[in-house]
Amino acid sequence: MATLQSLDIRRRSASTEPPPQVRKTVEVAKLIDVSKCIGCKACQTACLAWNDLQAPVGYFEGTYDNPVDLTPTSWTVMKFTEYEKGDDLEWLIRKDGCMHCDDPGCLKACPAPGAIVQYTNGIVDFVSENCIGCGYCVKGCPFNVPRISKVDRKAYKCTLCSDRVAVGQAPACAKACPTQAIYFGSKEDMIVHAEKRITDLKSRGYQKAGLYNPPGVGGTHVMYVLHHADKPSLYAGLPDDPKISPLVGLWKGVMKPLSLAAIAFAGVFGFLHYISKGPNEVSEADERKGDDLAKGKGA
Amino acid sequence: MSEDKNVVARYTTAARINHWVTAVSLVLLALSGLALFHPSLFFLTHLFGGGQMTRAVHPWIGVVLAISFLGLFFRFFTLNFWTKEDTVWMKNLGKVINNNEEGMPELGKYNAGQKLVFWGQSILILLLFGSGLALWDVYFEEYTSIDQKRLSAVVHALCAIGAILIWIVHVYAAIWVKGTLRAMTRGSVTRGWSWKHHRKWFRQEVGKP
Repeated sequence: MATLQSLDIRRRSASTEPPPQVRKTVEVAKLIDVSKCIGCKACQTACLAWNDLQAPVGYFEGTYDNPVDLTPTSWTVMKFTEYEKGDDLEWLIRKDGCMHCDDPGCLKACPAPGAIVQYTNGIVDFVSENCIGCGYCVKGCPFNVPRISKVDRKAYKCTLCSDRVAVGQAPACAKACPTQAIYFGSKEDMIVHAEKRITDLKSRGYQKAGLYNPPGVGGTHVMYVLHHADKPSLYAGLPDDPKISPLVGLWKGVMKPLSLAAIAFAGVFGFLHYISKGPNEVSEADERKGDDLAKGKGA
Repeated sequence: MSEDKNVVARYTTAARINHWVTAVSLVLLALSGLALFHPSLFFLTHLFGGGQMTRAVHPWIGVVLAISFLGLFFRFFTLNFWTKEDTVWMKNLGKVINNNEEGMPELGKYNAGQKLVFWGQSILILLLFGSGLALWDVYFEEYTSIDQKRLSAVVHALCAIGAILIWIVHVYAAIWVKGTLRAMTRGSVTRGWSWKHHRKWFRQEVGKP
């Protein structure tokens, strides 16, 4: 993806330039209602079609998941989980992909200026032309989403169809979903809509139904309605309480300025030492004594 | 360079080439590594042909450094064992820094500061090599978990800063202590330098047939 002029940038990786702030835009969100998903994979197909992706033909891995995980050319994958509760079997189907965190770990970790941007509408987008393929976004992401292509060593993930959203269209997956399990709109509206769905689910016996909008990453711009919101990890390992790893926080936080300060301090200390104490020189007397020793006369 | 009989041979040509390869690769690693460490130094990627090239070439320079440093390690480790003189020297570090070396014990080929540089870099380069492999996704992506890669990134950055700080001390010492640099460029030092800084080593050299 290239950056889109029609979308203002809120954050830009490895950059200190202040973002444009004049235009006011609405935060968007995609709401995935897991309870309405039938696992047809129309969203996966629509994603490939809209984004001109051609995933290589894979192998049957013994599950309905196809491909079995996200890849550089599969930005969304349906993850099927058989959840047994007593005699009851529930088929939990979650559409996996980028969550578009409000506090994106990928963007925090990225060392290449402008390779990852967050638009003011909340979409987190990879700008491939600036990507250097280091894989730091993979380490920064609490959801294990970015994938580095072996073809061009660049990172890829769901763009939330930023190019469609920029012109007022819903993402391709939302457009294709036959059961309207995928909604798209302002984040505010999506939360209101989710509340209705949750009330409905509770009335059908799913007492723990709820919205997945994890606060550990500042909330997300892809949210789920879950029947078992108390146990997100049931859904093919969706993190219960995702956060940017403290190691990444350290690495991309205090370590950066402290390290440069330490290097600068060492340089300045050396300079001050030289101009205050001066060089350590060998005197004429030292040379004479050295000569004496070499000639066998010395001490 | 034993042609000039007024100087003392300190390093063979092979040892100097070994050290120069290590020195150049360490500087290149520091520049390319810092470029990817701090956004304000990203401009350094231009020296290596852009961001993708910097990312690709950095680990290969690391391999060169690791092999080259291993050479230095085996050349010099027996000369870097800690002795009683080193403890005395460290206790008088304040005097040394003030250019006052009176009453210090006679030293072998290396003083305690040089030995600390040697062992410090040995340990840090080992850690840098190990953590670097975990970050070298092109070849080793599947061998470590994401959590291990995160830890490696922190270890790699910390050790790199440590190695750069030691390098600054090492280079500054060569600038400060006059007559040292020719050991690196020409392989020899003057008799006066040897007498002043490494008298015990000097006596051994003189005693050699």
